[in-house]
Amino acid sequence: MKRREFLAATAATGTVLATGLAGKAMAAEPLKVGFIYLGVPGDGGWTYQHDLARQAMEKHFDGKVVTNVIQNVPEGADAERSITQLALAGNKLIFTTSFGYMDPTINVAKKFPKVKFEHATGYKRADNVSTYDARFYEGRAVIGTIAGRMTKTNKIGYIGTFPIPEVVQGINSAYIHAKKVNPDVEMKVIWVSTWFDPAKEADAAQAMIDAGVDVIMQHTDSTAAMAKAQAAGVYAFGQSSDMIQYAPKPRISSIIDNWAPYYIQRAQDMLDGKWASQGVWMGIGTGVVEIGEITDAVPPEVKAEALALKDKIASGAYHPFTGPLNKQDGSVWLAAGETPKDDMLSGLNFYVEGIQGDLPK
Amino acid sequence: MLTLEKRPSPSRFWAGVTPILAVILTMIAGGILFAAMGKDPVEAILDIFWQPLFGDNADYFRAQLLVKAGPLVLIAVGLSLGFRASIWNIGAEGQYIIGAICGAAVGLAFYPADHWYIFPLMVIAGALGGWAWAMIPALLKNVFGTNEILVSLMLVYVAENIQSWMAFGPLRNPEGMGFPGSRNLQQYPAASNPELIPNTGIHWGVVAAAVAAVLAYILLKKHILGFQIRVAGQAPRAARFAGVDPKHLFTICMGISGALAGLAGLFEVSGPSGQISTNFNVGYGFTAIIVAYLGRLHPIGIVLAGLLLALTYIGGELAQLSLGLPSAAIQAFQGMLLFFLLGLDVLSNYRIRVKETRK
Repeated sequence: MKRREFLAATAATGTVLATGLAGKAMAAEPLKVGFIYLGVPGDGGWTYQHDLARQAMEKHFDGKVVTNVIQNVPEGADAERSITQLALAGNKLIFTTSFGYMDPTINVAKKFPKVKFEHATGYKRADNVSTYDARFYEGRAVIGTIAGRMTKTNKIGYIGTFPIPEVVQGINSAYIHAKKVNPDVEMKVIWVSTWFDPAKEADAAQAMIDAGVDVIMQHTDSTAAMAKAQAAGVYAFGQSSDMIQYAPKPRISSIIDNWAPYYIQRAQDMLDGKWASQGVWMGIGTGVVEIGEITDAVPPEVKAEALALKDKIASGAYHPFTGPLNKQDGSVWLAAGETPKDDMLSGLNFYVEGIQGDLPK
Repeated sequence: MLTLEKRPSPSRFWAGVTPILAVILTMIAGGILFAAMGKDPVEAILDIFWQPLFGDNADYFRAQLLVKAGPLVLIAVGLSLGFRASIWNIGAEGQYIIGAICGAAVGLAFYPADHWYIFPLMVIAGALGGWAWAMIPALLKNVFGTNEILVSLMLVYVAENIQSWMAFGPLRNPEGMGFPGSRNLQQYPAASNPELIPNTGIHWGVVAAAVAAVLAYILLKKHILGFQIRVAGQAPRAARFAGVDPKHLFTICMGISGALAGLAGLFEVSGPSGQISTNFNVGYGFTAIIVAYLGRLHPIGIVLAGLLLALTYIGGELAQLSLGLPSAAIQAFQGMLLFFLLGLDVLSNYRIRVKETRK
């Protein structure tokens, strides 16, 4: 654009041209995207998957997007400082990848109105703060189906972390679908009060195995329970990451968090100048929740059944929480054919009928 | 042949020089570590020590140094009094948690009322909570002779479980969509501990840390209790002859360190941290032990040590950003600092002699 041409333009088109110029200037300099992680990528689970998605995003944009990371940021006062550091370092889009970063993200976002923030798994939004989360319960429906078919003792186990809605959804969804294919199934839940603690996870898995459980599901991130399952010859599912190193047995499938499609989309929105605040809850249909390869340890008809369920969920033809469903105390939760609203589901705090035991208070 | 010869009393010269020497050695060893990882060592060291103080956005980072150092100094000053008298309160983390819970609970009990006295009551509750938690190992030691190191440490894990219960149970935010964690005290002005002067990082916890350091200095220099603490640590038998009641001294030192840890917890939960969550404690109670020793158990030294450690945290994050250093490298760097400091203590306690060996 030559200066002379620019001057010749009318006031109205001048504005358009100026905007176009600004857009070009921005495109020349790579978009800086910041991340804060609760753990380190080596955890092999939650943080690892966010880091894979970050790398996929960098690769996808091939130099047009550069990323900055701060690892091991505790939730609380340190998070606010770390997020501020990312903003001060010139990052225009910042992903805060853990629930506990919610209030710190909102606080920092107030101080940097021009920076866009993306908070994982929270519920507080602002003009420059979006939230994103995954419908892990959709994946639980699929592996719950496999678990119900694979158990011989009719006892399946679930290593719970904290009784927050996401985990309660997962337990309910897995139980409902295991029960559908195997009416005799029982669900044993052990709460370990941690997202990542190999020793505690291994203890929980061993306690389940000792109690006769022969299919273990977990909401925790490490592979410690897998190792126990392998030693005992029982089945298990990968969590967060594929945990493929334990295939074909004990790992017979997995639920994978694949954040890459979302990260790429949001960076593209920034480059296009189209970013707007939103709250998304993405399921199997978007590719954010993936079902890892179902191994040959699973009979073909069970595999086909699980994949058919996955496709029905992906297309939206089936909702994993479809009535009639009762609450644990026997009262009606959903009438026949009814599905819950997302608002209701995202505050879920009770077991469905048939699950033994109480939610920790 | 080199031999070590114990000095009759620790060298004052070396006691003053070793912390500086330790920092220099840490920079060298850390630099080698960073270079081995393929990062520019000079840039990494500058990022850690220089950028937060004088680089871009230094105003913000200098304020954050105070925020980070405040609780560390407050806890470490309390611990140092006990450590000087050979009273080993290792459980400041637990006292910090209980102080925070008690203080926050008092504040939340008033929600949403607005009275001037809510925050002062929370401060008292925080100090009492930490004090009471420290009294458990004190009583057990005085009555049954239990080991305070073990009891106070184990009580940290008890406190963490109480914290988790509080976050899910009694203190859970009723408007929190079922998620754990209390209301955010930052959003409840009558119970919050905001920045007193904008953009300085100074909140009541930082003020309390400064006051505690000054009071501890006066106590150790001028007060009979300070004398008793010093004598009890250096010569327990002499202390008895001087009329020091060891049980009494034990109770006082545990109480002071517990109360200060509780205060630190309260100021943190009502200020920078904001809420009681399942894991709002971030190990200040343990890091403060390092700060106390890095500062030579001396109030002024502790203030400097707290700031130095805060610098490595904040600078370490900057190095993560600019150079992509992993956080584990920063933790190793912090570990080196303590390692060199303790290692060099040999120089203040011993003389190195070169002996000729005859053949």
